[in-house]
Amino acid sequence: MSTRVYDCLKSIAEKIIENKDFLTDLDREIGDADHGVNMARGFQAVIEKVDPEDADIGNALKKTGMTLLSTVGGASGPLYGTAYMEAAKVFAGKTEVNGDDFKAAMEAAIAGIQKRGHAEKGEKTMLDALMPATDVLSEKLAGGASLVDALTDACVAANEGIEFTKTIAATKGRASYLGDRSIGHQDPGATSLTMTLETIRDFLKS
Amino acid sequence: MVGLVLVSHSPKIAEGLKDLTSEIAATHKGIVAAGGLEDGSIGTDAIRISEAIRQANDGDGVVVLADLGSGVMSSETAIELLEDEDIKVKLADAPIVEGTIAAAVSAMVGSDLEAVLKAAEDCRGAKKIP
Repeated sequence: MSTRVYDCLKSIAEKIIENKDFLTDLDREIGDADHGVNMARGFQAVIEKVDPEDADIGNALKKTGMTLLSTVGGASGPLYGTAYMEAAKVFAGKTEVNGDDFKAAMEAAIAGIQKRGHAEKGEKTMLDALMPATDVLSEKLAGGASLVDALTDACVAANEGIEFTKTIAATKGRASYLGDRSIGHQDPGATSLTMTLETIRDFLKS
Repeated sequence: MVGLVLVSHSPKIAEGLKDLTSEIAATHKGIVAAGGLEDGSIGTDAIRISEAIRQANDGDGVVVLADLGSGVMSSETAIELLEDEDIKVKLADAPIVEGTIAAAVSAMVGSDLEAVLKAAEDCRGAKKIP
């Protein structure tokens, strides 16, 4: 019998692996066509390396982060790896999820990604999905919404963030070599980040 | 002697650069290649890099030289993973081939960490055709 946090991470992994070709195709348009392949390899290793029976969410997220650091291979490795490891600190020693911790974990993930990638909002990166999603989550929680409801609205904001990445040029990573030619394409990192949030939303509902 | 860690997406680039450097700076024994992923595929691995830094360190510190994109990000992550350990480590903002040769020669003559780092970084913008 595996723990809830393991099952949730496994659902995220399955979603990423299922969308491997889609994410890679998005990356072929503006990057180096490896996002899906790299993320799928990383999350396959996550399923294998995270202890299915350890209910400590902090431990599970930390192991996820460390595994992504060493198995993804491209820039998503240190970016997602750092995000999960920063989120892990919020959940250290905890076995339940509440709205405040979830929000704090998203904020910690943003800070980690920014520290690693030196990116701001509006540079056609995963932050263009994660930052508006976190803003909406925070606002809805403050208004008294449940975590699931707040996260549902946050996912809408993340999807709007993906749409926004189609309208702007990349200034970070390999896509930045394309300049304005990157306009019109959605960012693969923002897409995988949104898939992650949607999977957690569906998982928390179940 | 200041150690060197060579980070590349390609294991062959990192190993090849180590071989080349060993020809030029033959007595430097603290050069560690950290290219590719554990299974040999193309990519960078922060955990492997942090282990390479430990291995390259003899107490005088380590300079890390990285290739493109995530090579730099994974190296920064590796350095952060070692925060609680007593290892002086710097990431050079330098072209990896020229920087590694310059750093190795500087380390071999007994320069300290800052001087080895500077030797590598002085290669930035170096002209090949005068």
